[in-house]
Amino acid sequence: MVTSAHVWSIDSDGVHVMVGEADGEGRESRCYRAAAVVLATGAHDRVLPVPGWDLPGVYSAGGGQALAKGEGVAIGRRVVVAGTGPFLLPVASSLLDAGCAVAGVFEAGRAGHLMRRWTVRPWELLGQPAKVLELGRYGSTLARRRVRYATGCAVTAIHGGQRVEAVTVSRLDASWAPRPGVGETLDVDAVCLGFGFSPRVELALAAGCRLDDRHFVMVDAQQRTSVPSVFAAGEITGIGGVDLALCEGTIAGHVAAGGRGDDSVLRVERRRRKVLRAFASRLQGAHAIGPKWTDWLNDDTVVCRCEEVDVARLRSVVETSESLSLRSLMLQSRAGLGSCQARICGRTVEELLLRTIPSHRLVGEGSIDRRPIASPVRLGEIAQSRAFEVEG
Amino acid sequence: MTRDVLVIGAGIVGAAIARSLARRGVTVVVVDRGPAVGGTSGAGEGNLLVSDKGPGPELELAKYSLGLWRTWAAELRTELDARFASIEYVAKGGVVVATSAGGADALRGFAARQQRAGVEAHFLDASEARALEPELGPAVVAGVHYPQDAQVQPVIAAEAILASARRSGARVLPGTTVTGPEVDRSGRLVGVRTTKGTLRADVVIVAAGPWSGEVARTLGGTLRIGPRKGLLLVTARMGPRVRHKVYDADYVGAVQSDDRALQTSTVIESTESGTILIGSSRQDVGFDGRVEVSVLRAIASRAIGLMPFLADATVIRAYGGFRPFSPDHLPVIGPAPGVPGLWYATGHEGAGIGLAPATGELVAASLLGETTALEIDPFRADRATLSGAA
Repeated sequence: MVTSAHVWSIDSDGVHVMVGEADGEGRESRCYRAAAVVLATGAHDRVLPVPGWDLPGVYSAGGGQALAKGEGVAIGRRVVVAGTGPFLLPVASSLLDAGCAVAGVFEAGRAGHLMRRWTVRPWELLGQPAKVLELGRYGSTLARRRVRYATGCAVTAIHGGQRVEAVTVSRLDASWAPRPGVGETLDVDAVCLGFGFSPRVELALAAGCRLDDRHFVMVDAQQRTSVPSVFAAGEITGIGGVDLALCEGTIAGHVAAGGRGDDSVLRVERRRRKVLRAFASRLQGAHAIGPKWTDWLNDDTVVCRCEEVDVARLRSVVETSESLSLRSLMLQSRAGLGSCQARICGRTVEELLLRTIPSHRLVGEGSIDRRPIASPVRLGEIAQSRAFEVEG
Repeated sequence: MTRDVLVIGAGIVGAAIARSLARRGVTVVVVDRGPAVGGTSGAGEGNLLVSDKGPGPELELAKYSLGLWRTWAAELRTELDARFASIEYVAKGGVVVATSAGGADALRGFAARQQRAGVEAHFLDASEARALEPELGPAVVAGVHYPQDAQVQPVIAAEAILASARRSGARVLPGTTVTGPEVDRSGRLVGVRTTKGTLRADVVIVAAGPWSGEVARTLGGTLRIGPRKGLLLVTARMGPRVRHKVYDADYVGAVQSDDRALQTSTVIESTESGTILIGSSRQDVGFDGRVEVSVLRAIASRAIGLMPFLADATVIRAYGGFRPFSPDHLPVIGPAPGVPGLWYATGHEGAGIGLAPATGELVAASLLGETTALEIDPFRADRATLSGAA
C-alpha cells in the first residue's frame, strides 16, 4: 500500500505516480505497469453557485462535514445546511456534534416528489434496512435537537460584507424556480451547500474509458470498463455510497486478479450490488437537480471562483462569438482555466453555456473532465519522472 | 467572376479567407464538421514569428502577414462588440538563444541571412540576452533578439476573425460534414454535399488543416498534407517572469525538419493571464492524440535547461493537437490540380496563426483578379516539391 500517492498521468507507459505530500519537496516519482488497473477515484460533492457563495463562511457539504467530523472544528456558531440529497442529514448531524447550532436543513426537492420517488417499488426498500435505518437515525437526531428540516426550499442568496452574515431561504416550485415574494432571512455565520456528487473521471478518460451520458464510467457486470484490463468501482461508476462501492470494489479486484465475475465467492456481492444500485437510482431520481436553479443567479454571481468569471461573462462570450465549442468558450471567458481546472465549476459552466446557446447544444468532443495532467505536478518533477516501471 | 465561395474548415485560415472575401463583397459560407476553431488553431501557442523562417517564400509570407496582423488586431478591436474577449495581441518580440558555441555560430549565420532578407535581428551575447530575459540560465551562451515576433491567444483570435467575417455577411455552419462533390457536366466543381444538404459555390476552398488531405480526397483531389502532433504544458499563474517569446535555436531546426521521430525544442512564453506556456514537441504519429509522459518529460527537461526557475513551476494543464505538415515545409495556397473550382489553403504546420491574414488576403485577391501583395506562385499546389511523402 502506497499512501500520499498522487497519480498524475496514465499513458501507454503505465500509471505515473508522485509519492509525498502534494506540495512537498522531494516527492518520489514512480511508474507502475500492471496487468490490470482498478480505478476507484471517487467523487467530490457538487456545489451550485448562489449569489454570495464566494463569501468566507460558505462550505461544500462535504468540506463542512470533514472539518466538523474529521477535525472537530465548528465552522460557525449558527449554520444553515442546504442543497439536495440524504447526505445533508449526516452533515447536519456532524455540525451539531462539533458544537454548531444548525439553523435549518433545507432540501430543495419538494416533499411530494421526494415521497413519490422514495416510495416507488416499496418492496425494494425492504432489502435496504441498514440504509433506511441509518437515515432514520440521522432524522431522529435532528428531530431530538429540534433542528428545522424543510423540503422544497433552498438558500437562494447569501449575504454579508466580509463574511457570511445571513441567507435568504426561498420556497421552490417543482422545477426549483424560487416562488416570487416568498422568502425569509436567517441570520447565520456559515453555510454548507451540497447538491449531490460529481465523479472524478480524469484518470478514466486518460486511460481511454468510455463514459455514459451522465459522465460516469461505463462498466459491465464484472466492473470492466471499455478498455481491456482497466476496471472501475465506486462512485466513478455511479453515486451509490460506501456499501455499493465495497461490493463493486470486491468484484473488480477479484476479476482484475484473474478471478471470474460469476465465481460463487462473489454471490453475496453480486446480489448486494443489484439491490444497492436500485437504491442508488431511487436516490438519483428523488434528488435530481431541478432545471430552474439558474433562476437564483444574478448577472454578477461568480461561477468560476478561481478565475472570477461571472454569469454575465459566460453569456457575453456566447453572444459575441456564437461559438458552440466548450473549449473556445472556456478560453474566451477563462471559466474553468484556473488552479482547480474546472473540477468545482465545470459542470455548472457547461450547463450555463448550454442554456445561453440558442440551439442548446455544444458541438465537438470537448469534455470538461479531460485533464491529461490529473493532479498538479511541478515541471521539475515531470523532468525527473521515472520512465520505467518500479514494480507491479 | 467569383461570387459565391465555400470554405471548408473554420480554423484561423478558413476564418481569415472568409473575412478577406466577405469584406470584398463575396458571399461566403464556412463549414466545419466540428465547432469553429476546434482543431489545429486551438492546439498551439499563437505564434506570429519571422524569427524561425529562413529567407524564401515563407519568410516573405510571414513578413507580409505580421504587418497585416498589426492592422487586423486594431480593426478587430474597433469592429467587434466591446465585450468580445481580447485576442491578446502582443508585439513582444522573440529571443532565440543558443547553448553551445556551435549552436551560437549557426544561429548567428541564420540571423545574418535573415537580416539580408529584411528581418530585424539583433545579436546578443550571453549577458545581453540575460538583460532582456533575466530568467535565462547559465547554459545560454548567445542569442538573437527579433523585435518583429508577436503573439496572440489563437482561439480567441480565430473566433474574432470569424466574428468579423460574419459581420461582413459570411455564414458559418459548424457541425456540418462534407460528404462529396457536386460537379457540373463540364467536370467543374460547383458545390459540395454535406450532412446538412447541398451547398453551391463558384469556388470551394479546403482550409481543413491536417485533415485537408482527407477532405480533398472526398472532393476528387489529391493533396499530400499530413498531421504532426505537438504538445504543450501550461503552468499555474506566475506573473510576467518571461518577457518575450523565448526559444532555443533548435526550434528552427525542428520546424524545418523532415524527421518523423519525436523532436522537442523549447518555446517559453508568458500569457496575459499570467500562466506560462511551455513547448514544444513534434511527432509523426498519425492522429493519435494521447498525451504521453515521455514527451512531456523531454519538453520539461529542455525548458528547465533554458530557464531553471521553471523547475518549481506548477503544471496544471497539458494540451496539444495536430499541425498540417507539408512535405517541402511550404503552405499550399492555390487551385487544386485536376479539379476545376477547388482551391487549397493549408499546410502551414505550426505557423498557421501567424500566416493566416496573408493567406486570406492572397486567396481573396487572387480569386477576384486583383494584384496580390506578393507572388502566390511558390505556394501553388502543383509544385514538384510537394509530391514527397506527407
